[in-house]
Amino acid sequence: MNELIEFISNNLEITYILILAIFVGIEVIKHIPSVLHTPLMSGANALSGVVVVGAILVMLNSDPEDYLALTLGFIAVILGILNVVGGFAVTGRMLQMFKKKN
Amino acid sequence: MSISLSIIYLIATITFVIGLKKLGHPATAKNGNLIAAIGMGLAIAGTIFIHDLQVPTIIYVLIGLAIAIGSAIGAWMAIKVKMTKMPELVSLFNGFGGASAALIGLVEFSKNVGDKMQATTIVSGIIIGAITFSGSLIAWGKLNGSLKSVVKIPFHKIVNNLFLIGIIAFAVFMVTTGVNEQVFVGVLLATGLIYGILFVLPIGGADMPVVISLLNSLTGIAAAITGILYSNMVMLVGGILVGSAGIILTIAMCKGMNRTLGAVIFGSFGSTDTTAGENKRLGTIKKTNPSDAAIMMNYATNVIIVPGYGLAVAQAQHVIHELEELLTKKGVNVKYAIHPVAGRMPGHMNVLLAESNVDYSLLLEMDDINPQFKNTDVVLVVGANDVVNPAAHNDPSSPIYGMPILDVENAKNIIVNKRTMNAGYAGIENELFYNSKTVMLFGDAKDALTNLVSELKNM
Repeated sequence: MNELIEFISNNLEITYILILAIFVGIEVIKHIPSVLHTPLMSGANALSGVVVVGAILVMLNSDPEDYLALTLGFIAVILGILNVVGGFAVTGRMLQMFKKKN
Repeated sequence: MSISLSIIYLIATITFVIGLKKLGHPATAKNGNLIAAIGMGLAIAGTIFIHDLQVPTIIYVLIGLAIAIGSAIGAWMAIKVKMTKMPELVSLFNGFGGASAALIGLVEFSKNVGDKMQATTIVSGIIIGAITFSGSLIAWGKLNGSLKSVVKIPFHKIVNNLFLIGIIAFAVFMVTTGVNEQVFVGVLLATGLIYGILFVLPIGGADMPVVISLLNSLTGIAAAITGILYSNMVMLVGGILVGSAGIILTIAMCKGMNRTLGAVIFGSFGSTDTTAGENKRLGTIKKTNPSDAAIMMNYATNVIIVPGYGLAVAQAQHVIHELEELLTKKGVNVKYAIHPVAGRMPGHMNVLLAESNVDYSLLLEMDDINPQFKNTDVVLVVGANDVVNPAAHNDPSSPIYGMPILDVENAKNIIVNKRTMNAGYAGIENELFYNSKTVMLFGDAKDALTNLVSELKNM
């Protein structure tokens, strides 16, 4: 518990951002027509691929001799970027179909 | 961190918020997706190129290689997938994101030097990442049919909760004692993976969309936790946005089915113990054939098509569009009534019909179309069941009582296409089928509609 209080007081900015971001997420999604639920979920899924940034940081921080860390980082980058590129592409494909015809 | 990278992250974060916001409106959704994608590209490029680290070339080569491989596979899968297979692909991608988070945790765990707060973030990242990975893979398998049966784990509610408590206790033990042997982290990873399987396996296929949405939200949280670990704002805010938006979306999906999240997770309905009223005789059904059904529609003024899960399964979205065009050409006024949870996911039916070039303005949502049923000559229900069950209005003992439904029974004539007389996924009888205005057209949706089209062409 002490660690938690210490962490919060040492990282006030992060704590504030965390709380505010939760509310932004809720507000942004409110009142979405059900038509868009599937594309929205797919788009949000692509955004969660932001974890790839962490995977890249793992590789950048790895010692070139540390094969285990590099291998795990390498796989993590592949999986993360797959989530990003695949996610945005499939969302784009879905939305392409909503175009109104003339 | 250099100032320019901070600014890039700030811009990326703003694009995420704007992108999500725009994704919520039909007119701006495409732009929203593009804006968020550009922001993500900026964040990734910035992370690689702007830092003060001394990084050997070989690592750049490896990062470039990983990005090339991942992007190529991701793009190829997204382009190749059939629109009916889309929900399970989202689940698969989501699982990859979770796996990525778990792997990052594994690497960081070995580097951690005993900071308890840091250990907490690492350990939770590993657990949540592992759960989303295995859970998403099970959801993917259930949706694509490779895991067909609903596996009943005895006392799964108790077993799952005890298991989860066990994992948390073990994680707390790891953090407080500061153990850092690899065997502990291996056990943690394995239990996370097993829990993901236990969590999703007993949940029925029809509830998978809700589960995928929930797991999607969890991946966001895993990304945010990794963001805390690196004090990385773009990961933190991006992850939290997905986390909280995902929860709201999950609840919205549950509401559309008149269920609570708890009921989905612990499966309180659709299970084997059906209510006593299940087998009561509701009267007799009337069968029809394609030619009689075609005549009914041919001479109608207003026709409403109600597409459901059966249409998606049979991949009959192109045939239904052909039928609609044919009728329109004959001067019949045709519309589609879309229930919020029709298909495999909310909004999925719209995507499917849009794929076969159905005019967007012909798709009407429940509240707009319900008053129109009483002026409709023929309603054609294709593979939908629970969403048109009048029991939701007039049988308080029914498990779907109170669920908003399409008021199909108000129409003058009703044609129901179903494969068999089996109950819908809620496992209850539908009195609509026994209504004196209803005729049943049995058969696979695609075959039945193809027959209807050829009969209509001959008229």
